[in-house]
Amino acid sequence: MSTTTNKPASKTATTASTGRVDVRKTYKLYIGGKFPRSESGRSYEVFSTGRSPKFLANAAQGSRKDARDAVVAARKAVSGWAGATAYNRGQVLYRVAEVMESRRSQFVTEVQAAEGLTATRAEANVSAAIDRWVWYAGWSDKFAQVLGGTNPVAGPFFNISAPEPTGVVAALAPQGSSLLGLVSVVAPIIVSGNTAVVLASQERPVPAITLAEALATSDVPGGVVNLITGVTSEVAPWLASHRDVNAIDLTGAADAPDVVWGDLEAASAENLKRVLRPAGAGVTATEPDFTLEPGLERIEAFLETKTVWHPKGT
Amino acid sequence: MPTFEYAPAPESRAVVDIKSSYGLFIGGEFVDSAGGSSFKTISPATEEVLAEVSEASDEDVDRAVAAARSAYRSWSRISGADRGKYLYRIARIMQERAREFAVLESLDNGKPIKESRDVDVPIAAAHFFYHAGWADKLAYASLGDNPRPHGVVGQVIPWNFPLLMLSWKIAPALATGNTVVLKPAETTPLTALLFAEVCQQADLPPGVVNIITGAGDTGRALIGHDDVDKVAFTGSTAVGKAIARTIAGTRKKATLELGGKAANIVFDDAPVDQAIEGIVNGIFFNQGHVCCAGSRLLVQESIAEEVEAKLKARLATLRVGDPLDKNTDIGAINSREQLDRITELTAVGEAEGATRWAPECELPANGFWFRPTIFTGVSQTHRIAQEEIFGPVLSVLTFRTPGEAVSKANNTPYGLSAGIWTEKGSRILWMADQLKAGVVWANTFNKFDPTSPFGGYKESGYGREGGRHGLAAYVTTGANK
Repeated sequence: MSTTTNKPASKTATTASTGRVDVRKTYKLYIGGKFPRSESGRSYEVFSTGRSPKFLANAAQGSRKDARDAVVAARKAVSGWAGATAYNRGQVLYRVAEVMESRRSQFVTEVQAAEGLTATRAEANVSAAIDRWVWYAGWSDKFAQVLGGTNPVAGPFFNISAPEPTGVVAALAPQGSSLLGLVSVVAPIIVSGNTAVVLASQERPVPAITLAEALATSDVPGGVVNLITGVTSEVAPWLASHRDVNAIDLTGAADAPDVVWGDLEAASAENLKRVLRPAGAGVTATEPDFTLEPGLERIEAFLETKTVWHPKGT
Repeated sequence: MPTFEYAPAPESRAVVDIKSSYGLFIGGEFVDSAGGSSFKTISPATEEVLAEVSEASDEDVDRAVAAARSAYRSWSRISGADRGKYLYRIARIMQERAREFAVLESLDNGKPIKESRDVDVPIAAAHFFYHAGWADKLAYASLGDNPRPHGVVGQVIPWNFPLLMLSWKIAPALATGNTVVLKPAETTPLTALLFAEVCQQADLPPGVVNIITGAGDTGRALIGHDDVDKVAFTGSTAVGKAIARTIAGTRKKATLELGGKAANIVFDDAPVDQAIEGIVNGIFFNQGHVCCAGSRLLVQESIAEEVEAKLKARLATLRVGDPLDKNTDIGAINSREQLDRITELTAVGEAEGATRWAPECELPANGFWFRPTIFTGVSQTHRIAQEEIFGPVLSVLTFRTPGEAVSKANNTPYGLSAGIWTEKGSRILWMADQLKAGVVWANTFNKFDPTSPFGGYKESGYGREGGRHGLAAYVTTGANK
């Protein structure tokens, strides 16, 4: 991988001020509410972004089997999560914001390292990510009213159209915006009752793993969000061609190394997956500006409209 | 049961003037094909040749798309109110010429005149009326910030509802300021060509609507054309997948309305006589050439015998024959090719062990005909329970519990429609929630309306047609450009 080419000197094992040897973490996947290592046993090195990249972690390098396990876990979680009341889902999304808030300083440090931002910019970024959960939490019991309703048909029928989640949604998380972008992709998928299999930013997975820990300790049921770290060009085609994935968000395909999003879209035609394309056109596809208010598009992309008819008066 | 004999009640063909040959409708004029080749369209009921129709070549597709592009510049800029007025004009002319359209549709497609007259044509006109009113109200449609047209829309429609599908496609495209190139199916091009005359009568600016006739190659050329911004297709799932692959990696948007294998679920507390009518309507309407046809009947085991007996009695009263006869219930199969497919799949049904039944009825000597057919003893794995037959063939399965009904109904890669028959409101609402289908008809079936979104889950395609949702497919907004 490209990141391993200029390998920096390892950080000293002790913290200078206290002389204490710090406890390092083993970074894992998040599947079905659990934190397994990759079944492949593989991991890859992750470095900070900036002038002198530091070693941050050995992230698990997810395999095809991991991706399939994640889809199975996501499928299993659909009925419970889609069947939950909108009020409940809103509370759960809000709870994620609460849990993230209490881990705020950790997120700031990690986003700073991952994206090479100043402390101030990283702070703003994390705040926006937390606020985004709150924003989407509020949509849970509103989008159905905005996007559905009764239809005035010309006949003695009562007829109503309501949006429903499409099922299991795979998502390629944005490569650049490691936390705000990630949250902006995940929250609109799950707010309507879909479950998600998310492939984290290839080179910036650490905030994603911490988000998984926040999700695991909030009220999000296991399997609703599954997070795989690894090489996008390796795992994404499996998700795109998987027959039990209903939709795929290709946002993170825009800047992923060795990924042509059109190929992933073509593979998605196999079972007519719903595809959310990356922003911009063709090879110039880019990551959207996640600091802007998102709008309803990302929620709508993973909804189906169901129209139910019933005779009236007979 | 007594058999009622009906005297023939044929609708007159005199109202329709079919030309011996037709050109392509490009830039507001009928023009000769650049490729020069042509094909014949026949009446499936008699195999009589109705007309010679041009086969659009790649060069013709280029010309049509260029005409649409050139018209787009002004059409997208005129006021919504004026666009709406053109749509109102079209709707009115379709109503004025309704009888002509109905007769022509029945001649070219083989569907009974009572259906083309009472369903296809009135709903087609209604789609233009409905969308006419949207043209100057797009800002109120919650389509996102600053909704604007895509540009040139390439549309390919099937042979089962030729005029109705044309209206579903053209009306929202025009209302939102797009221009279109539409290709009707090769077996049913005539009402689209008559619609071209309507556009002329309405003084629709040249190039706003272009109609090119041809078969698969013409359709592929249109959908793959570089200067087409959006694609709208109704047809088979296999072709839909091919289209999705073709446009992958481009900025071309698509809506796909594809196949189905709808479950029509009848509970033991259903009003049985109404349910029988619903089952018949569900699968035998339009010869079963309906993507949302209720082709899998799921009957609760305790009433299966009763339902089967009543269904057979009802089927024996269906009149198969001359589509132009006003008493005809079931017309002709649209083409020999389609008849062969139905024949093949029903043979497979028998070979796999299902029990076949069809009423004794005399079929005309010429043309393509298939008796309304029921298969009982069908299991989930039978091909006739899994594959879309697209003909007047019903597979009957049974279930014991609502949960079993749901899992059987959802056991298909399709998800277009479903039916529920029960007197229990609570059960209807629960079932409707569980079924993976874009349209759920409870105690009714095969109802359509311009205000109501129609479209499928899973491999039945993506996008909706009709209502505010259908409109959304024809605009782009700041966020998704």
